[in-house]
Amino acid sequence: MQRQTTNSCYWQGVRDGAPFILVIVPFALLFGVVATEAGLNVLETLSFSVLVIAGAAQFTALQLLSDGAPTAIALISALAVNLRMAMYSASLTPYIGGASLRQRALAAYFTVDQSYACAIVKFERNPDWSIPQRLAYFFGVVTPICPLWYLFTLVGAVIGTSIPDGLALDFALPITFLAMIAPMLRTPAHLAAAFVSITLALLLASLPYNLGLLVAGVAGMMTGAQLEVTLERRTAEQMP
Amino acid sequence: MIDKTSLWTVIVLLGLGSFGLRFVFTGLIGNRPLPIWLLRHLRYTAVAVLPGLVAPLVVWPAATGGALDAPRLIAALVTLVTGYFLKNVILAIVLGALTLYGGLALWD
Repeated sequence: MQRQTTNSCYWQGVRDGAPFILVIVPFALLFGVVATEAGLNVLETLSFSVLVIAGAAQFTALQLLSDGAPTAIALISALAVNLRMAMYSASLTPYIGGASLRQRALAAYFTVDQSYACAIVKFERNPDWSIPQRLAYFFGVVTPICPLWYLFTLVGAVIGTSIPDGLALDFALPITFLAMIAPMLRTPAHLAAAFVSITLALLLASLPYNLGLLVAGVAGMMTGAQLEVTLERRTAEQMP
Repeated sequence: MIDKTSLWTVIVLLGLGSFGLRFVFTGLIGNRPLPIWLLRHLRYTAVAVLPGLVAPLVVWPAATGGALDAPRLIAALVTLVTGYFLKNVILAIVLGALTLYGGLALWD
């Protein structure tokens, strides 16, 4: 394979991030509308999206504040929803840990479900990529996503109309993520990890603070790692 | 009406806290080597977290008030099967979306 330039890695990222526009635009619009309806002005609404840049956590905080929950509860609940970001950070560390502090800080700010999901697939598939190539790809994925997150939060706040329900764009998020996850399931260990995660996430969905997802995630990771060891051991034993 | 002090406290601290969560490993560990067992677990982060994130959205879609919805469920399965066997993300999205719209048109 020809050596890829940093530039071409960036554009691959842009291409891979593009389908998520379908997810980001309606979600951002909805946040803008809901925040305005809750009494936030345009500056407050936009600050939310720019500083926090995490849809589910923003909705959680807004919902709890509107319900009159104490400030600390709203904050802690929304942070709990974002705890998975720490898992993403850990998972990206072996790939971009060698970048400069500034670049790592910038990448951290832009670590969202979509950029993580795209990046981890690409990094695993291209172990020979250099750190600049990895970062170029990562920021490429972010390019069509994050600016639109800000822009359509603003549009939602100013215009106050969402995309009509008939378009069923609520389901753009599950579909884009499923399409990304499915090709990641390459080994029995991957399948087992996903299966355990799905089962636990559904069983524990009623836990507060999104804790069900964290338990499901950790259990899935342990399942995958354990099965990998078991299968390797079995293969080694079969060798003459 | 949300109290302004409370609102800005949450916006700023949630922003800082979220950044902290995103930076905690990439920032603090950097390129120091991680133990093998931890790396082995981290290899499964994506396949362990993302399916758990999506599963409740598929089974209890917000758009139907949380009721299991045949067009959405079938669309999710088509997306998953296409992605799994053909390893093509865009094709999986397109077929999933077509199934969803087809299903919604048929069921309504």
